[in-house]
Amino acid sequence: MSETALYTKELSVFYGGKPAVRKISLTFPERRVIALIGPSGCGKSTFLRSLNRMNDGIPGARVEGEIWTEGRDINDPNTDVVLLRQKIGMVWQKPNPFHKSIYENVAFGPRSHGVKDKRMLDEIVESSLRRTALWDEVKDRLHRSALALSGGQQQRLCIARSLAVKPRILLMDEPASALDPVSTAKIEELIAELKRDYCIVIVTHNLYQAARVSDKTAFFLSGSLIEYDETQKMFTNPANRATDDYISGRFG
Amino acid sequence: MKPRVADRIATGMLIGIAGFIMLILAGLIAYLLFRGLRHISWHFLTSPPQSIKRGGGIGPQLFNSLYLLVLTMIITIPLGVGAGIFMSQYAKVHPLTSFIRLVVEVLSSFPSIVIGLFGLLVFVDRFGLKYSLVSGALALTVFNLPLMVRVTEQALGGVPREQKEAGLALGLSRWKTIRSIMLPMAFPAIMTGTILAAGRVFGEAAALLFTAGVTTPKLDFTDWIPFHRASPLNPFRPAETLAVHIWKINSEGLAPDAPEIAAGASAVLILIVLLFNFGARWLGRAIYRKFTSTK
Repeated sequence: MSETALYTKELSVFYGGKPAVRKISLTFPERRVIALIGPSGCGKSTFLRSLNRMNDGIPGARVEGEIWTEGRDINDPNTDVVLLRQKIGMVWQKPNPFHKSIYENVAFGPRSHGVKDKRMLDEIVESSLRRTALWDEVKDRLHRSALALSGGQQQRLCIARSLAVKPRILLMDEPASALDPVSTAKIEELIAELKRDYCIVIVTHNLYQAARVSDKTAFFLSGSLIEYDETQKMFTNPANRATDDYISGRFG
Repeated sequence: MKPRVADRIATGMLIGIAGFIMLILAGLIAYLLFRGLRHISWHFLTSPPQSIKRGGGIGPQLFNSLYLLVLTMIITIPLGVGAGIFMSQYAKVHPLTSFIRLVVEVLSSFPSIVIGLFGLLVFVDRFGLKYSLVSGALALTVFNLPLMVRVTEQALGGVPREQKEAGLALGLSRWKTIRSIMLPMAFPAIMTGTILAAGRVFGEAAALLFTAGVTTPKLDFTDWIPFHRASPLNPFRPAETLAVHIWKINSEGLAPDAPEIAAGASAVLILIVLLFNFGARWLGRAIYRKFTSTK
């Protein structure tokens, strides 16, 4: 088993006093893909968003419990949330490239963090775009608007954008659910490729996708963690009845 | 009634209403231009007014209007955009912020004559700024600030949450995210608000009667040092603007050609507002394209 990238201890998230996530303890190993599955409203996205403190900006949201990575508690008031988020990248359901050029979308992060040298930025842009298999498609129009790209390309650009600031963990909130099957396949290939270097936590509604891309799977129901195990075991021989019912399509 | 018929009737009525408004607007502009255009000449635009003789111009008033616009915007834009950013991004949900929002709303529907009197009491008398461009600019700032705050707040509120989160998730500070991602996206809307505010500055008379004054001292258009008394750029001199001038000659003008001068000045006023609108819109689009590299 590899080292731990991040773990949560009794993590709860409340929206306006109501618990959306209840006392969840999970451990994410390095260089693995972890899928979070469960029916709509089970708290898996909320849980994911709390891992890089994206819920800070939501009025009425409150987090309890601990999230540990690199030897520090993310929710500690002394934790620099800006630094933390450089280490934990995020990809959203709907591709959300900045309204800037393709080049700027990728270069923006590293430049904001102090990389001023043009050659170095060029390198980061090229390597990030190569990692997401986008380079050959866009190298002739790097300075055109990113909004002119297709949805699948935009999503891969968004992944390249997070890679450019050198994170260790990538959080993906249904990254392929707004894409066509071909683009989805490309994203899944990409995930398989990226897990050699990153810990990837992916929320998905697509059970086949979870089975295809992930090493471990966590099943959420009504804000609680029901089961967390190797994906293969979860999908063939789950320990919990509810997991079995959900995976074999009896509800949700 | 069949839905199709109802839809047709509703569409027809809306087109009719829109057409009616367009007609009024076009008629008004055509009437003003028709009456005023023939009085406009280079001499008219550049020479000072005459009090009892024919052949006066609107040169200083035209300059005053433009200069006052610049001064007002220098004060209004940073304050308004800053307050708008605060209200939309930093202010917590709290009774006090709702109250501030309410005050801003109320302020924006204040009659401008009341703002003029407020300016007279506070800026002109209390602050000892006298009848001056600065007093006028401050009064117009009070007048325009609510608009700028609201426009900025709405423009930033219109930026999708995912854009903001994408910036934050890259490890950018909140301010950097606002400045480099959200403000460029909100720029066209803020620009439109600024144009509206500028148009109001240009056309406003009531708020200026008691603040910028109804007279203009003799100006020396060869002296551009702002600290000199007779310099046109001196912000502490009284300044009658074009709109105030139109009001003045219409109500108490003694020159025999006062009606023609008023008509000409009105045409100039409306032309400049139009020109300003189109120019600013073009500029806004150009800057937006540059920010976002959309072609």
